[in-house]
Amino acid sequence: MSFGPFLLLAVLEGTVMAAVLALTAVGLSLVFGVMRVVNVAHGEFYMLGAVLAWFVTYYLPFPPLLAWMAALIIAPVLVAAVAALTDVLVLKRLKYNPEATIMATIGLLYMLQQAALTVYGPDARPVVAPFEWRIQLPWFGYSGYKLFVVVAAILVLMAVWWVMTRTKAGLIMRATQVDRDTAQTFGINVNRVYAGTFAFGGALAAVAAVLIVPIQQAHYLMGHDPLLLSFIVVIIGGLGSIRGTLVAAVIIGLSDGIISMFFSPTLAKIIATLLVALVLVFRPQGLFGAKA
Amino acid sequence: MLRVDGITAGYGPVTILRDLSFKAEAGQVTCIMGRNGVGKSTLMRAIIGLVPVQSGQITLGKVALHALPPHQVPVQGVAYVPQGRRLFGPLTVAENIEIGLLARKKGPQRRDYVLDLFPRLRERLDQVASTLSGGEQQMLAIARALCLEPEVMLLDEPSEGLQPSMITLIHETILRLRESGIAIILVEQRVDSVLRVADHVAFMANGRVETVVPRSDLAPDSMLFRDYLGV
Ligand SMILES: Nc1ncnc2c1ncn2[C@@H]1O[C@H](COP(=O)(O)OP(=O)(O)OP(=O)(O)O)[C@@H](O)[C@H]1O
Ligand SMILES: [Mg+2]
Repeated sequence: MSFGPFLLLAVLEGTVMAAVLALTAVGLSLVFGVMRVVNVAHGEFYMLGAVLAWFVTYYLPFPPLLAWMAALIIAPVLVAAVAALTDVLVLKRLKYNPEATIMATIGLLYMLQQAALTVYGPDARPVVAPFEWRIQLPWFGYSGYKLFVVVAAILVLMAVWWVMTRTKAGLIMRATQVDRDTAQTFGINVNRVYAGTFAFGGALAAVAAVLIVPIQQAHYLMGHDPLLLSFIVVIIGGLGSIRGTLVAAVIIGLSDGIISMFFSPTLAKIIATLLVALVLVFRPQGLFGAKA
Repeated sequence: MLRVDGITAGYGPVTILRDLSFKAEAGQVTCIMGRNGVGKSTLMRAIIGLVPVQSGQITLGKVALHALPPHQVPVQGVAYVPQGRRLFGPLTVAENIEIGLLARKKGPQRRDYVLDLFPRLRERLDQVASTLSGGEQQMLAIARALCLEPEVMLLDEPSEGLQPSMITLIHETILRLRESGIAIILVEQRVDSVLRVADHVAFMANGRVETVVPRSDLAPDSMLFRDYLGV
């Protein structure tokens, strides 16, 4: 394949990557922004979403499209429930202390991983794509499902944006983010906002997983990469800034896709990590974060 | 009527308020005075539910406020203008107002009433709250609290850092609210301001309200001001 088409293919792969990354990173960023909790188990919510999607599509006697759509609803709802339970049973009792919640979510990471290993097993298993069509470009054919993933991720992100900026729930979350005590003096039930935000973040990771799992297979260790990349994205974009997170997801996703194809995935991670180091040195608040 | 009966409250192991009692009547302005650090803001925060009460009672009519979860206190009709304003800075004026309307499910009518009191805010609805001038920020803090259509209003040094004309405007607003039958509890350090708006003055020292005096018994050179403020 000559350079031009190869670059196009790399850009396409990078765009898919960026779209899914944006979903996981936005969840992480939202949770940090509103609750000041660094959720180390965020990647495991993603893994859990993928594994649940496998169970749903495997055991429901539906045709692939219906089964996948069922997974798209069931997996995020179940993950949101696990997240909300984590908030009420663990994070709330730690009073959202930043250091304590990091330790607790590290513990949760291993618990979810081991639970998946026990119940689901060590194998990577594919989920049948909801539909099969290839788009035939002059130089190569490309998966129509992958393009669908990009469109779907953009739609979900627009919905998140709309919820945060245009709805009462979003207003309440933003007010709580700014000043939890004052929010309380205006009748806002901060405990409920926190449980809801943590559940929302988990659900976003699960949606990303259900979208990706027909491409990448479900595996009990699959949470590592998205966690690392989401942290990279959130730090570059500025902790708690949704706009920054989106821009950084596009930068990191695209460059990761392109560098992986032209050189190697390892080099892509090295460069991304280097970028984080540079951002931390020269602009610690992130590209879009407010100065502390 | 809001009654505070023998409350003890503080931060962790540190007790700030000890067996403190006082009351605030509807349609009256009760001023709280006392030296810096005596616990005036702590008292406000105890009433609104931000500082837990270890013993004693705070009641509004028949409702025991101290027994409610904090976010339920404003629902009962207690509005709070904190010291230093504490606006939702990155949110717009309109959004800050919107937050104020939530607790008691007030609608556009209340919003219009409040914005009519502060026309300057109406001109700046889409402006981000942190970019307002100090005076405008204080107006917004009061407007946001008034959105609750409260029965009791707690104001913690609303005139702090404002120029005289702005202070006058805030006094006028307080007197209008008094006419409408709200019980107002005002923490205020300036003697002249207190003499202009107060019906009663409660003097704090040693973690308690030690004396409550009607306005008519006070003059600018009263000994009480010297004793409790050291002026
Ligand atoms: N969050 C807190 N944790 C621990 N101690 C606190 C806290 N907030 C206030 N205090 C202490 O409680 C005491 C009373 O503070 P408070 O703010 O109620 O005083 P104040 O009368 O409002 O003073 P000022 O006139 O300066 O506003 C002070 O000694 C203060 O240091
Ligand atoms: Mg004070």
